[in-house]
Amino acid sequence: MEKMKEMFMANIRQYAMMVALIFIVILFQYLTEGVLLRPLNITNIIQQNSYILILAIGMLLCILTGNIDLSVGSVAAFIGAVAATMMVTWKWPVLPSVLLALLLGVAIGCWQGYWIAYFRIPAFIVTLAGMLCFRGLTLVMLRGQTIAPMPQSFQKSISTFIPDVLGGADLNYTALAVVAAAILAFAFADLRSRRKKIACGFDVLSFPLWTLKILTMGAVLMAFSWQLARHRGLPVVLVLLGSLVLIYSFITGKTVFGRHVYAFGGNEKAAKLSGIDTNRVFFLVYANMGLLAAVAGLVFMGRLNAASPMAGTNFELDAIGACYIGGASASGGIGTVAGAIIGGLIMGILNNGMSIVGVSIDWQQVVKGLVLLGAVAFDVYTKRRTAR
Amino acid sequence: MAKELLLMRNITKTFPGVRALKDVCLDVEEGEIHAIVGENGAGKSTLMNILSGVYPSGEYEGEILFDGEPCVFRSIRDSEEKGIVIIHQELALVPYLSIAENVFLGNERARRGVVDWDETYTRTAGLLEKVHLNEKPSVLTKDLGVGKQQLVEIAKALSKHVRLLILDEPTAALNDEDSGRLLTLLLDLKAEGITSIIISHKLNEVEKIADRITVLRDGAVIETLDNGERTIREDRIIKGMVGREIVDRFPKRDTRPSDEIALAVENWTVRDPLRPDCLKIKNVSFTVRRGEVVGLVGLMGAGRTELAMSIFGRSYGMDISGRILLGGEPAELPSPKEAIGRGLAYLTEDRKSSGLILIDDICRNISLASLSRLCGRKGVIDCNREVTAAEGLRKRLGIKTPSIFQKTGNLSGGNQQKTVLARWILSDPDVLLLDEPTRGIDVGAKYEIYCIINELAAAGKAVVLISSEMPEVLGMSDRIYVMNEGRIVGELSREEASQEAIMKCIMQSNREVA
Repeated sequence: MEKMKEMFMANIRQYAMMVALIFIVILFQYLTEGVLLRPLNITNIIQQNSYILILAIGMLLCILTGNIDLSVGSVAAFIGAVAATMMVTWKWPVLPSVLLALLLGVAIGCWQGYWIAYFRIPAFIVTLAGMLCFRGLTLVMLRGQTIAPMPQSFQKSISTFIPDVLGGADLNYTALAVVAAAILAFAFADLRSRRKKIACGFDVLSFPLWTLKILTMGAVLMAFSWQLARHRGLPVVLVLLGSLVLIYSFITGKTVFGRHVYAFGGNEKAAKLSGIDTNRVFFLVYANMGLLAAVAGLVFMGRLNAASPMAGTNFELDAIGACYIGGASASGGIGTVAGAIIGGLIMGILNNGMSIVGVSIDWQQVVKGLVLLGAVAFDVYTKRRTAR
Repeated sequence: MAKELLLMRNITKTFPGVRALKDVCLDVEEGEIHAIVGENGAGKSTLMNILSGVYPSGEYEGEILFDGEPCVFRSIRDSEEKGIVIIHQELALVPYLSIAENVFLGNERARRGVVDWDETYTRTAGLLEKVHLNEKPSVLTKDLGVGKQQLVEIAKALSKHVRLLILDEPTAALNDEDSGRLLTLLLDLKAEGITSIIISHKLNEVEKIADRITVLRDGAVIETLDNGERTIREDRIIKGMVGREIVDRFPKRDTRPSDEIALAVENWTVRDPLRPDCLKIKNVSFTVRRGEVVGLVGLMGAGRTELAMSIFGRSYGMDISGRILLGGEPAELPSPKEAIGRGLAYLTEDRKSSGLILIDDICRNISLASLSRLCGRKGVIDCNREVTAAEGLRKRLGIKTPSIFQKTGNLSGGNQQKTVLARWILSDPDVLLLDEPTRGIDVGAKYEIYCIINELAAAGKAVVLISSEMPEVLGMSDRIYVMNEGRIVGELSREEASQEAIMKCIMQSNREVA
């Protein structure tokens, strides 16, 4: 029990944000008289926020190094513009265009990463320059015009739903089956790691508690997928986002590279003297950010079904805000992918809920700003108390 | 009997979970130098933080009388108004401001908000003369060494009409020469009527300059020793600090070094990266055998740290030339990664700034240099193996902590040092370069670190011990190299080695250069 309390205290920030998220959901569910969690609206929330969440994942890594990336909104817009030009103006086939666009994203990431990691120009400056350059290049590329619509096959592959192969009438069985399978797979993997831990003689959750944990998690996810299944099933972007969250949680939590990123942010000198190639780590983090900015750019373009010169404005700020609300530290070395996602969802649901209730855009900004400040103030406050 | 300047009565301070001080009483007489000693965690810094208002009144119990008047300090400003000034171990100067600007920082000589630079500079010049610092007031503090910065701090204190000067570990980062200068200064100030409290781990200094010595252990005053006649000896103080007499400060090593040479460095020459026209290491050659502890001594700036770091994957310097032989074979070590891969380890001089990741836990700090060997599949860390390994080392080195998931920032100095040592033991090196492994840690923890060093030597590792504390090097090493101005100027066997012999080597080389 003591151990659990300790664990809870150590992760109080994460739990607190989880609780805040649940609270916000319940609050707006009440204020909107049930509209918030209607199948159609859930689907909307996912599609509205997916690109921010994708950016937040990459941004988290940047923030872990103690820096930020201001260019992601412009890069996303530029990638969208290039992809649209290739597919619509030049009539190139979809798949190669998409792959080329992603590759271009990586190249942009490498370009910025090179200046940041090997030249050690502050990331703030390099990405501020990137923000200006790529916004400008977007305008050049699109000649100030919006390109629309996208080819059908691109449109289909991004902003649609996983088709129901199981053939349900009112209910999308495939969605339910996929989610159920994912829960089972997770439960099985977790059980295996639990067994291994027991074999090593470590403390684990008692079996009834573990079962409770899995059942609660499963129930929440199934209820969620039930709502989706009543609408049109699993959005493709949700599957994409889910995979990215899993992959990057794994990278940050379990791999040597992930550990190197945390070490870099925690104390670069110590990391270097422990044999970590810090320049390479720094470089890869920004190269990766380029890739994820490209993904977000394509997703956004798919949702809008257009490439617009003003796409992606202020995305960087939303992504950075999501990470900080989710418990990342501005000085680096602290933060998780799950936290960034929770932070992003808090912002997203606030947006969506307030819009439904009819709060004007101006006031929404004010509320979001205060939430960001409040979350970080809470963080600083709890840290100061535990430090004593 | 002199007048009582300060009386702290029944001070009790609790942090959540621990009582840092209980019923501590301290009296300081006007015009004396009062030393406070104790192991790390004994409560010295807490007591001084209460006295200087870092912990405002109300956060502790007990009372403070200064000059016979009860005092309520709500902040450092309040205590400074009374003439109590504390100089912390971590110096608080702004590097890109001049000496004068630093001296009057927060206390600017100004008329209606406009700084009077003439007065600032002339007064600073006067203060610098008083502290025997021969620098212009316009020099930026970043260009000064630690010893001189310490003097600037004291000048700053004097500018505030200090009556009670508190120095927290003032000589911890200084070499013998600078330390000596600082201690003389304290005696000068005493002659002018300034009372000081000095917190120090260097008991030989305490024994020399303190009039009275208060010993703290586990948050309580054990005794106050009268040293007016300078009769108190180091061993007597240690006895009070640890509660028992440490008979042998350096544990004996039963094993002999083998004949096999683990590391040989030949004609090693390194250029200073900041001043490329200047050679930092000049044609240095030395060897370390397996199972041998080799001491590397020299004055501050002799190039010991630079030598060690340049060997450890060229972490310091440019234009490095020379050869490294590991186990008889030439080795190219272009980065720390290769150095670790070839069985080298380097324990940094400053555990906080370049050793530990303070916001991370003990477990992750220990595994940091060995991650690739703790992997199941390539690149994926096997957390179970990691935790098992870290837990094993915690037990073996006796790191005192509730669990290995504690943040290293919360540990005491000794335990932090053991954590860094654990990192390098886990990486399973053949050669360990230990740079100041016991700096700023208490007597008990030092002894434990010496035992670990002996264990490593017994296991056939080669150890290079760099330390500014000569007794430590003399007590621990099989062989000693003396460095001066980037050269090795002497090699002494255990039998030949003594403080005098070492100083002789240094003096001789200075004469040769001149």
